[in-house]
Amino acid sequence: MIVSNTETVPGKKIVGFYGVVSGSTVRAKHIGKDILAGLKNIVGGELVGYTELLKEARHEAMQRMIGEAQRLGANAVVNVRFSTSSIAQGAAELFAYGTAVRVE
Amino acid sequence: MGLENFSQLAVTAGSVCVFLLLGTLVGTRLERAHYRRIREREARMREFRVMTLRTLPVPEDWSVEACDLVTGSVVISLDYFKRFLARVRMLIGGRLRSYEPLLDRARREALLRLQEEAALRGYHAVFGVRLETSRVANANGNGTAGVEILAFGTAVKRSTTG
Repeated sequence: MIVSNTETVPGKKIVGFYGVVSGSTVRAKHIGKDILAGLKNIVGGELVGYTELLKEARHEAMQRMIGEAQRLGANAVVNVRFSTSSIAQGAAELFAYGTAVRVE
Repeated sequence: MGLENFSQLAVTAGSVCVFLLLGTLVGTRLERAHYRRIREREARMREFRVMTLRTLPVPEDWSVEACDLVTGSVVISLDYFKRFLARVRMLIGGRLRSYEPLLDRARREALLRLQEEAALRGYHAVFGVRLETSRVANANGNGTAGVEILAFGTAVKRSTTG
């Protein structure tokens, strides 16, 4: 499965079009990581716990999107975009969407 | 009775000052160290091609062997002193100078992670690079814990002909 955030896949031609596919996931962190984030807020720096959380969530959202594309019979997803929303305390929703196509 | 209240007030004021001081000192040191690391890594990644163009400007002898979506992200937090300064600044308006280095660091860090991940997986260039920013809410719900910067693009692996 080829995934690209541009409209075309370099070196290939789009021969089929299957529509918009998407995947989303909502993840929450466990309390321990949140406490560290609170401390970090005092001294600044990277919130590694949150970075990891969002990275995993993004990966899962992408996997769901790819799964949907595979079920439709596509072999590539192009024009992929992401959307991150902070839902509640310590929880984030990751949304990935793109166009499923067939390339060769 | 009056003396008790006064000492309580003094303790509270004292702890606030300690927090602010701690935030400033440690925060500034961390920031400087981070910038140093960023400059080192940028120097190392200078050969790697990164472009925001959506069409690949391919040199003659390139033929694309593989391509995939790569991302680099970072969630960066703000120290107490900066937030305090920003609140004060919001009363009069103007540039929030305390936030600018935060976002600059986060963007450069995210781009570096994008390039490093692509290079690690054997790709030679990333094109169609886009940057997105989003807020991460605080655990208490009372404001911004930080900012997430996401850099994503399509990485290509070339196979030179001949």
